[in-house]
Amino acid sequence: MIAEAGHYALVLALALALIQSTVPMIGARLRDPALMTLARSTALAQLAFVGISFMALVALHVMSDFSVANVYENSHSLKPLIYKITGVWGNHEGSMLLWVSILALFGGLVAVFGNNLPLSLRANALGVQGWVSTAFYLFILLTSNPFLRLANPPLEGRDLNPVLQDPGLALHPPMLYLGYVGFSISFSFAIAALIEGRIDAAWARWVRPWTLMAWMFLTLGIAMGSYWAYYELGWGGWWFWDPVENASLMPWLAGTALLHSAVVMEKRNALKVWTVLLAILTFSLSLLGTFLVRSGVLTSVHAFATDPTRGVFILLILCVFIGGSLTLYAWRASSLKQGGLFAPISREGALVLNNLLLTTACATVFIGTLYPLGLEVLTGERISVGAPFFNLTFAPLFVPLLLALPFGPLLAWKRGDLAGAAQRLYAAGIAALVAVAVLWAWTRGGAALAPLAIGLAVFVIIGALTDIAERSMLFRMPLPIALRRARGLPRASWGTMFAHLGVGVALIGIVCETTWNSELISTLKPGDVAKVAGYELKLDAISQRQGPNYGEMLAHFTVSRDGRPIGAMTPSKRSFATRGMSTTEAALMSRGVSQLYVSLGDTAASGAIAVRIYHKPMVLLIWFGPLLMAFGGLLSLSDRRLRVGAPKPAKAARGLQPAE
Amino acid sequence: MQPALAVQPDEVMKNPAQEARARELSRELRCMVCQNQSIDDSEAPLARDLRLLVRERIAAGDSDAQVIDFLVARYGEYVLLKPRFEGQTLLLWLLTPLALGLGAFGLWWQHRRRARIAARDAAAPELTPEEEARLAALIARPASDQAP
Repeated sequence: MIAEAGHYALVLALALALIQSTVPMIGARLRDPALMTLARSTALAQLAFVGISFMALVALHVMSDFSVANVYENSHSLKPLIYKITGVWGNHEGSMLLWVSILALFGGLVAVFGNNLPLSLRANALGVQGWVSTAFYLFILLTSNPFLRLANPPLEGRDLNPVLQDPGLALHPPMLYLGYVGFSISFSFAIAALIEGRIDAAWARWVRPWTLMAWMFLTLGIAMGSYWAYYELGWGGWWFWDPVENASLMPWLAGTALLHSAVVMEKRNALKVWTVLLAILTFSLSLLGTFLVRSGVLTSVHAFATDPTRGVFILLILCVFIGGSLTLYAWRASSLKQGGLFAPISREGALVLNNLLLTTACATVFIGTLYPLGLEVLTGERISVGAPFFNLTFAPLFVPLLLALPFGPLLAWKRGDLAGAAQRLYAAGIAALVAVAVLWAWTRGGAALAPLAIGLAVFVIIGALTDIAERSMLFRMPLPIALRRARGLPRASWGTMFAHLGVGVALIGIVCETTWNSELISTLKPGDVAKVAGYELKLDAISQRQGPNYGEMLAHFTVSRDGRPIGAMTPSKRSFATRGMSTTEAALMSRGVSQLYVSLGDTAASGAIAVRIYHKPMVLLIWFGPLLMAFGGLLSLSDRRLRVGAPKPAKAARGLQPAE
Repeated sequence: MQPALAVQPDEVMKNPAQEARARELSRELRCMVCQNQSIDDSEAPLARDLRLLVRERIAAGDSDAQVIDFLVARYGEYVLLKPRFEGQTLLLWLLTPLALGLGAFGLWWQHRRRARIAARDAAAPELTPEEEARLAALIARPASDQAP
């Protein structure tokens, strides 16, 4: 009954999406306000029905109704409640349902908070949103229905993949989808602008908060996924240049570029055509990611169990949306007026450089991910493109980007003064040089590039602080006045500072972890002591334990430094009987922002156990960086000008307003 | 998905410099039966065999390039995580610099074109002597006249 209700609600949502994708757009053409406002109610009703459908699937999983195929394949009656809930999106069908639920959520948010939008823009944007939803409802209903029943219900389920039985699953996919799908809003607005043939600074102001929100979630989602891989997969890696990771990195890079070009458009009414293209590309890359993960064209740790008909269907969606939107762009973009001249050395110029480098970086990832596929289709040759390739091509693009980053906010709009900006960055430059010199002296004979990279990170960090110090006239005014000025700065300036600070912080973490990571691989018997980076780890005992749906072997370590015990670590291995799989649960101990990391291998007949111990200096900074970036995004989002919204004529009678 | 504990204690070479080279090489070689993992990261039996093979070649006195050549001869280009620069990977390596160059060129060209248009618009026709005189009069007029 619940399954059928959920299925039916999804069909009703499809019907509503069909209405939403046609009627309001016809209304916008005929300038009929009644038809246009229909977009709002259909978007909200659609949200309600998808919500019902999603809750139905959650209920089925929680109740362990194994007569539903999706529950049978991915759940088990003994599974802890949290994994019964998160298991809903730990599989292909359920995660697609989450995808469309979030899409409907964003549609609903535009409907609720879009009251200050011009009626026709809202109608067109929600209409485009309706097309996207229609395509994905059809995909779910025709190829990936999560509500299918089994004729002979089994008594027990096949359990969720053990690797996914982790709190990470509760956060990583929803965050990632909020990011991916959030970019559909910028896409819909871009298409709506192309349809209307009109775009202005106010458009950028409406789109910016949505882009910012999507970007924040994507940043957090990627960082979460990276940390999850780090502690779950057991060899301490946090980024693998896996095709599916690349699939999430591409929209992030394009979205970051979009965020910056939208600033130029909002403030200076320039780069309009480019911003629209970026909005289209960003969401297209999100769709591409969805295709890559679910079509089976890639082998990856993330790939869902695949089925060719699904791949073909998503490829079709991909072609229609990307092809259609780019055709529309080619046809209509020339009708969008360019505005706002600027000199190459200016804030706009800096942001254009940012866009050039970020989109090139995005292109690199794109080429590296798809080239092997293309080559295999064309010539049958199989090649691999992995981490060493990306490190060599991707990283060099970030050097000029990070060097230029502190200059951007210090340059004036229209025509900037490079020498002046450089002068204000003296302190940052000197700090960077000192950092390089100190590190060089300290690690003499070690890696040559690492101190330079750390110097670059210091330059970015001090540069970001310099911008705020300059704006609040710190060191030039008495402190109380400077503090008052700092409080009065727009939140967006603080947002910029935190986001840029995050970039530098993450870079320090990345460089330290990859360069000064110490590792010990050894076989230990109870009583043995291992020494890594000044820490002594004594294996006290090995014990067994029974979890709710797994058996677990734990190794108990006492960690000491200079003879003084500082704590205990208990890495373990879990074996899940239902799927016959096992997972390593690494033990982590944070010392400041550095971590000790212990993971277990196989047990030998003699009772000894293989152990991998790492000391990872500054490793936590890798994830603090993205947190700072997302916090910067949040501050920007709360900026007054976005809360107040775009200016509009004071006395326009709503509802009767002509759709211009 | 396998719980990873790649390099096993018994594989580690006695000579630390050789072991470091082996690890460095392992990171660039693909475990062919795994999902996008290097043999350094993977604990599949094949990866172990490959790791031992790499160490064997190093112990036999091969240079890094010789080890790579040996493995490519045996397993094909697929084993390399960083493809070599050759005919079929030309575009893979060149598209990034090409994209950057084209982007930079496009920006320069666009800037020059727009600057030219702006310059043409700015070069307004010269004023006639009468207009000059009227302009001078307007500028010379005391500001108080214009106050509302």
